[in-house]
Amino acid sequence: MVGGGGGVGSGLLENANPLIYERSGERPVTAGEEDEQVPDSIDAREIFDLIRSINDPEHPLTLEELNVVEQVRVQVSDPESTVAVAFTPTIPHCSMATLIGLSIKVKLLRSLPQRFKMDVHITPGTHASEHAVNKQLADKERVAAALENTHLLEVVNQCLSARS
Amino acid sequence: MAAAAALEAVAPTGALWGLVHDFVMGQQEGPADQVAADVKSGSYTVLQVVEALGSSLESPEPRTRARGIQLLSQVLLQCQSLLLEKEVVHLILFYENRLKDHHLVIPSVLQGLRALSLCVALPPGLAVSVLKAIFQEVHVQSLPQMDRHTVYSIITNFMQTREEGPFVEELFEVTSCYFPIDFTPPPNDPHGIQREDLILSLRAVLASTPRFAEFLLPLLIEKVDSEILSAKLDSLQTLNACCAVYGQKELKDFLPSLWASIRREVFQTASERVEADGLAALHSLTACLSRSVLRADAEDFLDSFLSNILQDCRHHLCEPDMKLVWPSAKLLQAAAGASARACDHITSNVLPLLLEQFHKHSQSNQRRTILEMILGFLKLHQKWSYEDKDERPLNGFKDQLCSLVFMALTDPSTQLQLVGIRTLAVLGAQPDLLSSGDLELAVGHLYRLSFLEEDSQSCCCSSALCPGRVAALEASGALAALYPVAFSSHLVPKLAEELCRGELDLTRGDEPTKCSRRLRCLQALSAASTHPSIVKETLPVLLQHLCQMNKGNMVAGTSEVIAVCQSLQQVAEKCQRDPESCWYFHQTALPCLLALAVQASMPEKEHSVLRKVLLEDEVLAAMVSVIGTATTHLSPDLAAQSVARIVPLFLDGNISFLPENSFPCRFQPFQDGSSGQRRLVALLMGFVCSLPRNVEIPQLNQLMRELVELSCCPSCPSSSTAAAKCFAGLLNKLPAGQQLDEFLQLAVDRVEAGLSPGPCRSQAFTLLLWVTKALVLRYHPLSSCLTDRLMGLLSDPELGPAAADGFSLLMSDCTDVLTRAGHAEVRIMFRQRFFTDNVPALVQGFHAASRDVKPNYLKGLSHVLNRLPQPVLLPELPTLLSLLLEALSCSDCVVQLSTLSCLQPLLLEAPQVMSLHVDTLVTKFLNLSSSPSMAVRIAALQCMHALTRLPTPVLLPYKPQVIRALAKPLDDKKRLVRKEAVSARGEWFLLGSPGS
Repeated sequence: MVGGGGGVGSGLLENANPLIYERSGERPVTAGEEDEQVPDSIDAREIFDLIRSINDPEHPLTLEELNVVEQVRVQVSDPESTVAVAFTPTIPHCSMATLIGLSIKVKLLRSLPQRFKMDVHITPGTHASEHAVNKQLADKERVAAALENTHLLEVVNQCLSARS
Repeated sequence: MAAAAALEAVAPTGALWGLVHDFVMGQQEGPADQVAADVKSGSYTVLQVVEALGSSLESPEPRTRARGIQLLSQVLLQCQSLLLEKEVVHLILFYENRLKDHHLVIPSVLQGLRALSLCVALPPGLAVSVLKAIFQEVHVQSLPQMDRHTVYSIITNFMQTREEGPFVEELFEVTSCYFPIDFTPPPNDPHGIQREDLILSLRAVLASTPRFAEFLLPLLIEKVDSEILSAKLDSLQTLNACCAVYGQKELKDFLPSLWASIRREVFQTASERVEADGLAALHSLTACLSRSVLRADAEDFLDSFLSNILQDCRHHLCEPDMKLVWPSAKLLQAAAGASARACDHITSNVLPLLLEQFHKHSQSNQRRTILEMILGFLKLHQKWSYEDKDERPLNGFKDQLCSLVFMALTDPSTQLQLVGIRTLAVLGAQPDLLSSGDLELAVGHLYRLSFLEEDSQSCCCSSALCPGRVAALEASGALAALYPVAFSSHLVPKLAEELCRGELDLTRGDEPTKCSRRLRCLQALSAASTHPSIVKETLPVLLQHLCQMNKGNMVAGTSEVIAVCQSLQQVAEKCQRDPESCWYFHQTALPCLLALAVQASMPEKEHSVLRKVLLEDEVLAAMVSVIGTATTHLSPDLAAQSVARIVPLFLDGNISFLPENSFPCRFQPFQDGSSGQRRLVALLMGFVCSLPRNVEIPQLNQLMRELVELSCCPSCPSSSTAAAKCFAGLLNKLPAGQQLDEFLQLAVDRVEAGLSPGPCRSQAFTLLLWVTKALVLRYHPLSSCLTDRLMGLLSDPELGPAAADGFSLLMSDCTDVLTRAGHAEVRIMFRQRFFTDNVPALVQGFHAASRDVKPNYLKGLSHVLNRLPQPVLLPELPTLLSLLLEALSCSDCVVQLSTLSCLQPLLLEAPQVMSLHVDTLVTKFLNLSSSPSMAVRIAALQCMHALTRLPTPVLLPYKPQVIRALAKPLDDKKRLVRKEAVSARGEWFLLGSPGS
């Protein structure tokens, strides 16, 4: 599903010197969140907190630090059980785009209640093969097949592992 | 035996032979010193000693040979200065030869060589020969630590004693071949050799002399350039060590390469340790270059080195968005921090550039980066003191820096403001830099930032301070200590006026914004009270404010009064450093507070809202904290003056020292007084329990009896608790002796009487609890007896739950009484000791107890375990684990929570032991993850997360089940629970999966 994959781990980086963005701090805990009775709905910041610490496949940086994911590009409706995440590859020809999308998708699958329908796509106009990548990410069977592939699963798991 | 017989046969009589025999065969230690003394006194020569040893040196038994050589080596260690060159040559040949001997002999041989290495008469060339022999015959790295140390001493001795050495290169080669150390000790290494020991000893040798420089520096550069992280770190650290003994002469040829390597590492590394070691090495290099004494005609390499650094780094500083900006700034700052000269050189180049950059960039976040760098350089200037005012390098930049800081302080970005405030504080700390005009402006800005500025909306909590205001308050405190006049004249009057206006507003009725304005005003006043002269102005303002609240018909709420008390407490804390201020605060604030409280406790005629407010538990607690803080640091004689007035106030109603003392009736809290008066015993507690231990308390006997009496009085729980705490606090500090025993007996009798069925069982229990705590803290022998009594109450149907919670009190730190700050006797290991003494009985009690009181035992145990340091708990795990697992099924939330928080670290620390119970753990944790209590759900999920530390094969059978079960808490209604569920489930997914 991911073409090439040559950039992972070895060889030259496609974008060797990217701009780095500041990490947002931990979400401050509010009085309402500490109150047993008040329900907290799943909001955009909560979704963003799930994906912002995903590691980039080729840099020792997180997707947040590379500005690949931003809170404003997360749409969520808790009552309707829908989530939409748009991500922005660092360069328009980034061969990692599918892999990054897959990592976001897997992270959401593992972290959100089953009732949610999720849509992960590229920010419109930011990637050369935007349409093709979006199509792959939306295809449930292809996502499932991709996760059967040991090599791919390994890379995805590395992206999702907590940084030591 | 055969050897002994042989020795016997040839042994002639004579003192020396006898001594040798006693040492070698008799295994006595004394003769060695005797022989050495005889050699020193000239009774016989070293040669004669060797002859006397003859047969034992040739013995077939290695132990005998070892003993013989040991004697010779010990003699040499004491007499090496007497040796002639010829003797040294022979002895060295002998010892080198012995290096081939049995391993039992080697330690003594090395000792002998160490003695010889100290010889002045060592002929040239022999040092290299000795070292070659050692490295050829002995595997130094596998020697026990002591012998390794001997080898390194030999090497170091050669380095120190041999001024002229044609063998530097050989010596370097025999030692440097071990660099970098890549030895990893085998598991269960009997010698206990640590890799770190070897690294440090080798480094000590390599960095012991500048003579190695020409060989060592290229090696270090090569190793820094290698790919191996440990080699990089070791090389940078060794370079750092070398700089302590090197000078410009040694470094000059290698400076460009050293700089290139360090720069590359700091620019490129992902490892913080490499970065830190690289910066430290650069710092030492610069310090070394700064320190060297030069000949008049020699070139100073410091300037060219610094120019190199500047050239490679300065252009990065102009790109505040790029990632090399911080490494460059760090490199420059590491060099600038090395000496005053380096600091001047670099800042005089960098500051104009950064000032210009600040104005060139208009975005707040870029400006912030630039100002942060400026701040870093300014901080370095604090390290150097300049004698001559005109020489201070910052003087020339002062005006530009000030205008830039003031610009930052008015910027809309809080982040930039924050850096601006910190920069202002650093500028202010430079002696004589700021003019009075600058200071007036600075105080104006701080007034605005700490008081006028409304908290921005991003600060969601109304009571918590936002970071900008915290920084402004801190800067006020720091600068007020240095420039009290500026703050006294430009800040305190404004705030005092503001507080008065607030009082008027209060009388008209409250608006929330006004309320928080007053709060900010109080905080600003206390923050600036860092100088004794300012305290003399702020303390009266604060006390006056409190009195006004009482006099006027202001609608003062509990929180208002508490806020004033908190400000007073902060001022009191700041006064603790200065004995004079401390006494000023004490004798000004205490009479005023006590007068207000006594006034409030009088029967009401006129209406004052504050009166009731002052007697509320929370307000009393706030006042107790002010009184305690104002008392702990008093000198004993001043404290004695104060105690001589305050104790009679409470015991005899002697009100003469109170500033306003016309009250409608007598103050008699211990006699018939009203419940309001009794409540004020809390204030007495705050005072007497904070006194230094050697201050004598007048009327102690009467006081203690009154306290015990009041503690068991059933009318008002808070005053009886205060009395019990006060009694316990005093008891804890009393020296052992008859008086203490009498008071204890008094308490025990009262407790026993009170615990029998009747109206004051719970008061008696509270007294028992506090007295037990006072004794447990000081390891008093009676404490075990009282603890047993307390444990007995766990099965009491009425007091059982309270007794269980009592264990939490016993194990925790109090804030008002029995504190270390309040001079209580608190032994550091009291928790461990309590655990060891009492947990077996608790466990036994649990097994013996009836079903309905079992939870009390579990709860008590949970409290004890919760407070225990993990290293103490871990060894006890096997015996306690079954109980903890049982406690997981207990329905009490407190027990569940405390058990979970006990098990969580154990899962991380002792996964092997916990693996045996994986089935139970998985089931119970999953059950508890749907508990009605949010805290329990969170703790259970954290345990599910910690479970992933168990060996993967143990967990894999549970993986599908757990992943399915954890899908449910992903949809928990509480966000904090979902967060834990997400991280636990994420980890379980990774188990046994590729790439994890």
